Amino acid sequence: MVRSRALLAKPWLWSFLGAFAVWLATIAFTGGRGGGGMLSAALALAQFTVIVGIGQMFVITLGPGNVDLSLPANIGLASAVAMKVMGGSDSMIVAGLLAALACGTAIGAANYALIRALRIPPIIATLSASFIIQSADISYGRGLQIKPPPGFADFTNLQLFGIPILAILTAAISVVAAIALHRMAFGRSVLAIGQNSRAAWLAGTPVERTRALTYTLSGALGGIDGALLAGYFRGANVDIGNEYLLASLAVVVIGGTSVAGGRANVPGLWGAALFLVLLLTMLNTFGVSAGVRLLVTGLVIVAVIAVAGDQGAHR
Amino acid sequence: MHTELAVAAARESAHRATARARLIRAWLPTLSLALVLGAIAWLNPRAISYFGFGLMLNLAVPIVLATIAQLFVISGNELDLSIGSFVSFVGCVTATWLHETPWLGVAALLGAVCVYAAIGALIYVRNLPSIVVTLGMSFVWQGLAVLMLPKPGGKAPQWLQSISAFAMPWVPLPIVAAAAIAAIVHLGLMRTSYGAILRGSGGNPAALARAGWSLLKTKMVLFALAGLFGVLSGMSLISITTSADANIGSGYTLLAIAGVILGGGEFIGGRVSPIGAVVGALTMALAASPLLTFMNIPPDWQVAANGAILIVVLAARALVSRRED
Repeated sequence: MVRSRALLAKPWLWSFLGAFAVWLATIAFTGGRGGGGMLSAALALAQFTVIVGIGQMFVITLGPGNVDLSLPANIGLASAVAMKVMGGSDSMIVAGLLAALACGTAIGAANYALIRALRIPPIIATLSASFIIQSADISYGRGLQIKPPPGFADFTNLQLFGIPILAILTAAISVVAAIALHRMAFGRSVLAIGQNSRAAWLAGTPVERTRALTYTLSGALGGIDGALLAGYFRGANVDIGNEYLLASLAVVVIGGTSVAGGRANVPGLWGAALFLVLLLTMLNTFGVSAGVRLLVTGLVIVAVIAVAGDQGAHR
Repeated sequence: MHTELAVAAARESAHRATARARLIRAWLPTLSLALVLGAIAWLNPRAISYFGFGLMLNLAVPIVLATIAQLFVISGNELDLSIGSFVSFVGCVTATWLHETPWLGVAALLGAVCVYAAIGALIYVRNLPSIVVTLGMSFVWQGLAVLMLPKPGGKAPQWLQSISAFAMPWVPLPIVAAAAIAAIVHLGLMRTSYGAILRGSGGNPAALARAGWSLLKTKMVLFALAGLFGVLSGMSLISITTSADANIGSGYTLLAIAGVILGGGEFIGGRVSPIGAVVGALTMALAASPLLTFMNIPPDWQVAANGAILIVVLAARALVSRRED
């Protein structure tokens, strides 16, 4: 009883259990074939969600109403910028990555500027920004040959003992994020603001500077994600980031971060991202149609949130 | 004695300044619509005519209805990110079942409204974030739409087509319809006692609960109303396009939120304005109108026009509100 209550207190554990269960169901269906390959493919896809999930997690932890809706547009534009700067040449890979990082950082900073200057809810600020970013992307990406340099495409698909190299890098980023969250002034400030922003302000926490940093961080991670996605899928396009709005929000919530703010969890992001990717893999293995896939994904997300749900959120 | 008078006078003038700021704030949506219309008239005077408005506002009615759906959800401090794919789903039902086997179509649409009410209940009972739940539901509606209509097609029922094809004398139909919708929702939500309760569930839920009203019921009613207006939005959309596809309403989620906010709604506190929201939706519909193409605004930047209008109006509101404080 005590143990089960301790388990319930760590809702992110469920995400790993869920991922494991889905994986078992799939290899039971295939008769045990391809379990390992499935895992490394799932890791490769899951880490894209984890990168933006980290940014979204910090933003959501700031408290009710904080959310970054501009991530899909941000990813789209950054992927185009990265591919254009790289221009298909291996020597420009680093420059392209830096350009995507700069693009994402600028978008994040612009989001915060809108929130601060117009005193509007972040939802609307990031939404308005995403309209403009999307247009910029459509206009900028038109008629471009947006293919990654071969070296970059190979790098993003590289595996080390069956583990995608990008997943290893993202794991490193996750460790840094977890340390920043729990051990550094920045993360502690984010948590404090999410728990009670007025109390945090009275205690001398630099509230506005922390919020600015958080939105900029989310933007920067979106930018990096865009560049990596374009490499992995061998090309940039306007819709490349579309699925990452639901995905980033879902992994944050399923992963045990409180939507009411003030409580965050990094390992849960991995469990939830793996769960979502493996769920899609399972549905693909079962050979269901696109409609059923969407339907089941939506129902499972709603069901998981309803079960993991009630975190004592005060909306 | 003199100081008391001076204080009273100062209070009076402060009061008047606040009232003026409130007035400007209330008229901001209309002002922004007038500005957009002015810009259109300046760029292309011929657009300001019966025919021009008919063209520009062709798709305004479904956008207005989707905006009203979103308005109900926002009244209760929630947000519906699934309204766009819900409109797609309704569109697919309208163009298939409602056309071929009407009773099945009606049952499906009524069932969909019940699902909306159930989502409201789930969000309240389990204390869930509406953003994530409705984002998940958007996949459900999208999936159902794809299942019903894997390829674009279907056909709108004849009676539905004839409604939207009706030519009003003097004033184009979309304008009349928008005015009627604004009036009905304004009366229902702003002038009836239960409307006040519904808004109160967003303004001060604790007080409302203490006064003995069921917050579960208000949440379910608000979501059911959102579902109802989502159904009307999807049906009116199909009456204009006459056929459907599974992504037909995908842009409506963002347009609807933008319309409510443009119209003076706020996310917190149940502060909404149905008339403002309709005006906001019309502004968005105009800004997204294909007519922009003739005005040297490249199609690539039309989405940006929506974002820019939103930012400019909110900036203006922030200026006014600062004076109101």
